[in-house]
Amino acid sequence: MPSPSPSARSRLQDWLPRLVLAPSFALVLVFVYGFIVWTGVISMTNSRILPVYNWVGLDAYARLFAQPNWWMALKNLAIFGSLYITICIALGLFLAILLDQKIRIEGFLRPIYLYPMALSFVVTGTAWKWFLNPGMGFQNTMRQWGWEGFTFDWLVRPDMAIYTVAIAGIWQASGFVMAMFLAGLRGIDSEMLNAATVDGASSWTIYRRIVIPLLRPAFLSAVIVLAHMAIKSYDLVIALTGGGPGNATELPSTFMYSYTFTRSQMAVGSASAMIMLMGIAAIMVPYLYSELREGRK
Amino acid sequence: MSLSATAPTRMNRIVIYGLLLIFAAVYLVPLFVMLATSFKTLDEIRGGNILALPAQPTIEPWARAWGSACIGVTCEGIKGYFWNSIKMVVPAVLISTALGALNGYVLTKWRFPGHRIVFGLMLFACFIPFQSVLIPMARVLGQLGISNSTAGLVMVHVIYGLGFTTLFFRNYYDAFPDELIHSAQMDGAGFLTIFWRILLPSSAPIIVVTVIYQFTNIWNDFLFGVSFSSGANAPMTVALNNLVASSTGVKEYNVDMAAAVIAALPTLIVYVVAGRYFMRGLMAGAVKG
Repeated sequence: MPSPSPSARSRLQDWLPRLVLAPSFALVLVFVYGFIVWTGVISMTNSRILPVYNWVGLDAYARLFAQPNWWMALKNLAIFGSLYITICIALGLFLAILLDQKIRIEGFLRPIYLYPMALSFVVTGTAWKWFLNPGMGFQNTMRQWGWEGFTFDWLVRPDMAIYTVAIAGIWQASGFVMAMFLAGLRGIDSEMLNAATVDGASSWTIYRRIVIPLLRPAFLSAVIVLAHMAIKSYDLVIALTGGGPGNATELPSTFMYSYTFTRSQMAVGSASAMIMLMGIAAIMVPYLYSELREGRK
Repeated sequence: MSLSATAPTRMNRIVIYGLLLIFAAVYLVPLFVMLATSFKTLDEIRGGNILALPAQPTIEPWARAWGSACIGVTCEGIKGYFWNSIKMVVPAVLISTALGALNGYVLTKWRFPGHRIVFGLMLFACFIPFQSVLIPMARVLGQLGISNSTAGLVMVHVIYGLGFTTLFFRNYYDAFPDELIHSAQMDGAGFLTIFWRILLPSSAPIIVVTVIYQFTNIWNDFLFGVSFSSGANAPMTVALNNLVASSTGVKEYNVDMAAAVIAALPTLIVYVVAGRYFMRGLMAGAVKG
């Protein structure tokens, strides 16, 4: 900080940094936190097509949790989220460990695992919708190749469609998780591992007992990032299944959108948005808090 | 790290390479299917095998997707929407990156009481589900008279991108030596001079990362696009979804796939050209340093 001085010019210099930051911070305060409060207020009214401000307390929340559709969305999020997180992590870790074995074509393989992350979810959904099309896609191809009884029609089966969302999501994000783990593996001190090897530990033991525990930060980051992406997933479902068949792949995000903008139940939609926000906050706030504290010098 | 001392047997190596190549093939299949389908005729698609290469490659589907496919009530292809996305993404990326650089500079080199809470609030803003701001945003855009316009989408993307751009620059400038700032101050350099002459010239790497990250996110956005724009003003992702989801007339899968590839191309090109930086951006966004 420059030392304070009586001249106007240097007083301006003192205030300039704050003046430069102020517009951005004000925008965030108003458009993020102010709007969250606004949405919270709407969720406690009986708004339908447009916001009206008749206070009805938690009525919209009661109606939200009385909706079978909302429970469907929560159940789907639980299925999708748990598969998405665990399989992305398992696959990502597996690929990272394989790639870390002095693979000569690593530079060629890595971008192949990662490119889906550059695509928009709408593109991913479109591609997988076509690939999983029972009539003309993968199922048909297997049958043409002679496997007459081959069936893979999850996309159109209400009980299985949510798993296709998980498949497409995993395809998109697992390469990214691989990269996170690979970065973690590269950061491990090889001296320690060589010592363990000299002691006669098998490579399986070394991974299980030493390497994987050392990757704890990468695991934590991966879980946080994936959980947060799972809760926010919207475009992928819209492009892949449109929330269907019926409401079979409804997620909180699609529920919020349709109740707010097409079903004229704005209060219920707002309530669902607030529940989503609470879910994210429960994951992110402790994480960011601990990260910020660690960064403290 | 690698286990150099445990000399793996030849068999092990073959299994590892085999697995890696099989996975690579699996990851490539959807892209291959998209590309192959986009060059096939509809007749070939109906009778054919989704994994087969096109027998008589045609660029007709690409021409139709770009110039004459029907989206909603107009049949002018996706080109207009592609330009909408360009017009949205360029200003939004430039403005949010510039603001992020200044914010990061203030939050590291001109700290004031409460800087930590300011940063914390901006950081959490990166992660909110946007559903919790959609309704107020729609109202405000309407009141400002910029609903359903590119200007409105630029504003939305700038505001909700600020958290990430600030985070990137803050983490980068945090490692920048304070001594250089102090000695410049001794020489009488002010706030903006120091930023312009000392920090900015060495910021190229983080600018590249931020621009790539913002470009990818904004180009790929769907939720804001579908909420705040419609008809001819929609961005590329919304138009692609409308094209694919439309149920009128003959379903032209080859045109859908060509449109999907066109929608994916800008970010894929960025990824191929600057993959290293792309990765760094993703990681910086994921793992706060």
